[in-house]
Amino acid sequence: MTTPVLSARGMVKTFGRVVGLDGVDLDLYPGEVLAIIGDNGAGKSTLIKCLTGALVPDTGQMFIDGQPVHFKRPQDALDAGIETVYQTLAVAPALDIASNLYLGRERRRPGFLGSALRMIDKKGMRRDAGKALADLGIGTLQNMAQPVETLSGGQRQAISVARAATFGSKIIVLDEPTAALGVKESNQVLKMIREVRSRGLPVILISHNMPHVFEVADRIHIQRLGRCAGVVTPQTHTMSEAVAIMTGATTLADTPGH
Amino acid sequence: MSTTLQPASTATEQFALRQRSPVQRVQHLLHSYPAISPFLVLVISFIVFSTINPRFASANSLSLVVQQVAVIGALAVGQTLIILTAGIDLSVGAITILSMMVAAKLAEGAGLPGVLAVAVGIILGIGAGLFNGALVTRIKLPPFIVTLGTLSVFTAIGLLYSRGQSVQSSDLPSLLNWTGESFRIGQFRITTGVVLVAALYVVVGFALANTAWGRHVYAVGDDKEAARLAGIRVDRVLLSVYTVAGAIYGLTAWILIGRAGAASPNAITDANLESITAVVIGGTSLFGGRGALLGTLLGALIVGFFRSGLSLAGVDDQYRVLAVGLLVILAVAVDQWIRKVKA
Repeated sequence: MTTPVLSARGMVKTFGRVVGLDGVDLDLYPGEVLAIIGDNGAGKSTLIKCLTGALVPDTGQMFIDGQPVHFKRPQDALDAGIETVYQTLAVAPALDIASNLYLGRERRRPGFLGSALRMIDKKGMRRDAGKALADLGIGTLQNMAQPVETLSGGQRQAISVARAATFGSKIIVLDEPTAALGVKESNQVLKMIREVRSRGLPVILISHNMPHVFEVADRIHIQRLGRCAGVVTPQTHTMSEAVAIMTGATTLADTPGH
Repeated sequence: MSTTLQPASTATEQFALRQRSPVQRVQHLLHSYPAISPFLVLVISFIVFSTINPRFASANSLSLVVQQVAVIGALAVGQTLIILTAGIDLSVGAITILSMMVAAKLAEGAGLPGVLAVAVGIILGIGAGLFNGALVTRIKLPPFIVTLGTLSVFTAIGLLYSRGQSVQSSDLPSLLNWTGESFRIGQFRITTGVVLVAALYVVVGFALANTAWGRHVYAVGDDKEAARLAGIRVDRVLLSVYTVAGAIYGLTAWILIGRAGAASPNAITDANLESITAVVIGGTSLFGGRGALLGTLLGALIVGFFRSGLSLAGVDDQYRVLAVGLLVILAVAVDQWIRKVKA
């Protein structure tokens, strides 16, 4: 089998006496959509926060393309090509769309203005932000100078996804991208996920929405009580079996698909 | 909004394109350009005061206003940077006095050469800013508490060092008094100190509006966690802001010597509140992430206009205090209203 793009071994994270992660292993292969499902408190968000540098695991190892990595802050993961869309919609509300898309990665103007005066290329960033959103099928946002706080939840989500898709060179992680969205906007996000996969980028998708998961995922990692209860695929298991494993009603070994 | 059965996109587009009421339009305009309201206040107060007493609009009187405003205007630049990150600096005046007294005492009676004394003042400001910034970022104390503490600490050090005594300008090297020298442009009398302050506004205004650092300052004040997750080193940005502010206070110490014609430990006792007032009247949000340096300049000028205008109108100075207080409340109320803007 091919080397995983990302693999994690024995990830442990505790918060005081609460065990968030209890020795989780995870593998992500090139060009796949890996869904992570689990009940509330199963450790989904903690897991991806550890994978993306937002939290530092107590113990555990991570490898990218087989090389060990240690993320101490989000910037480290970004530098490694891992882009994350957080559940909390990590956007700065008072800044405009283009500034948010390029936040932390502002482009400078060419020549003296950029090198000596460190002037940023506002026009160019606005133009390319518009292009990035249009590429993902979001045509409703026209004015890139519009502050993000004047947008709907779905539109904000689109900006986060567009940011990830524009800059993610290795992996894109989406934490509950459809949780706050309507039917049409959700479908748009699912379309974006397929679009990203077709570019060859692997995607980690955290979601509560089983139909969405079964629609786009290639493999499904099931978290339960801080551990991985099993990895299934939409072909070998049904939605109800996956939910049963997730809630502890059954185990991976007992399901017929195994 | 139409209720007929239409494709969802059409309905949402119609919703987005719906007519805004005039009030909503004003709200949106102020949201995009927060400096509009202080600009209007400045223009209206100019018209009103020059109608009451035409001498208000004379070159002499306006030159004086600008000179009076220069020191607080300069301190308000540093204060703006800190307030944009959702902080506050109560040690503005204390750092300025400390820098000024140490620089003046070292240079007194042909001690240290002028250039070195100015440099020491600025370096001291940087050190004090760095100290504030380190307490905010490393020990994670709220900026209000940090600067409330250092307000006393720096004030005390300044007083102890200078033994509470002033240094007269005649005892100082000419470079330290240089910021008080003036020249004429037409009818207007401009001091070199005012020119320095103008340059400060241009440089910091440019950095805030046109560099990645400026974007990060806004982002950190707007939503710290979002900024961190976007890969911004939040602590570094905060530390840089407090340090730059400290440097600005150190520079202002030099401007203050020229303006006051002496280095007195009892100068600018109201600098903290006056600098915050200028920032707030200028439309910068105390909650961080919103505002512009241009607004601060306008805010500082508004206070100067009220002082000069009301005194020329023969009104008791307490009416200025009262009017400025009301303006502050109004400005914060407008800010709260703007923040509720919706698409």
